[in-house]
Amino acid sequence: MTKEAYEKALCQRQGNERTNLFSRATVAICGLGGLGSAIALMLARSGVGRLVVIDHDEVELSNIHRQQYRISQIGQKKTDSIKELIGEVNPYCDVITKNVIVTEENIGGLLAEADVVCEAFDKPENKAMLVNTMQTLFPEKPVVTGSGMAGFGDANAIRTKHITPTLTVCGDGVSDVATQGSLVAARVGICAGHQALSILARIEGLEREEDGR
Amino acid sequence: MVKVNGKELPVEGMLLSEFLQREAYPIDRIVVERNLEIVPKQTYGLVKLEAGDCVEVVSFVGGG
Repeated sequence: MTKEAYEKALCQRQGNERTNLFSRATVAICGLGGLGSAIALMLARSGVGRLVVIDHDEVELSNIHRQQYRISQIGQKKTDSIKELIGEVNPYCDVITKNVIVTEENIGGLLAEADVVCEAFDKPENKAMLVNTMQTLFPEKPVVTGSGMAGFGDANAIRTKHITPTLTVCGDGVSDVATQGSLVAARVGICAGHQALSILARIEGLEREEDGR
Repeated sequence: MVKVNGKELPVEGMLLSEFLQREAYPIDRIVVERNLEIVPKQTYGLVKLEAGDCVEVVSFVGGG
């Protein structure tokens, strides 16, 4: 398979213009659990040119039920594991791995290059910290977050909500893993799909704004 | 009146920080949008809610 053949196949499915926009974009994914691992693979399949994947954890057996990793990757860093999986679906996606804990102090350096930032953390404090810090450091950068996808509840309760012109929140807003007690691949996957689609829409939107200037 | 998460509340004149405390929002898990802009966290104590403001408090929940 050549790069040309790969791109041609993508263009046939997504259109030339869209595929070109995606290939020029950089998306940072903060957290590589059930949401982040699925979002990373969906964006790679759509031909996003560069993914900055950030997590400090290793793959554990308890992750396999909802995260995209394989049994053979247990014990490996999630960053390296997702890079490996992305290589199998889009070898032309440039994957930058950052094996760190995201903090208020390092967000400036980690996310400066991203066109769109994806929040895919587990803990609500980290979700809020990322959005609030992004607002201070990079108020123009689109952020797409996930909140409320735990449990086995209604699939249709998960939706995409635009809070400001740069902040999108996906999820049902209420299903907390602390009260639901579980996360399941099917429902986390729905939220991941909402986030991935919003990120692709943001990539298209940004480009249009730039054209208009 | 101030519209907060879709509800009209008589809280104009209140500081945002006082309102959030009164409503017992978990301060380390929220993002506050006011008139389509995110309010910087360090300014919650300076922002006075005004009549006609439209506020959304996003309370994040766990799982990812």
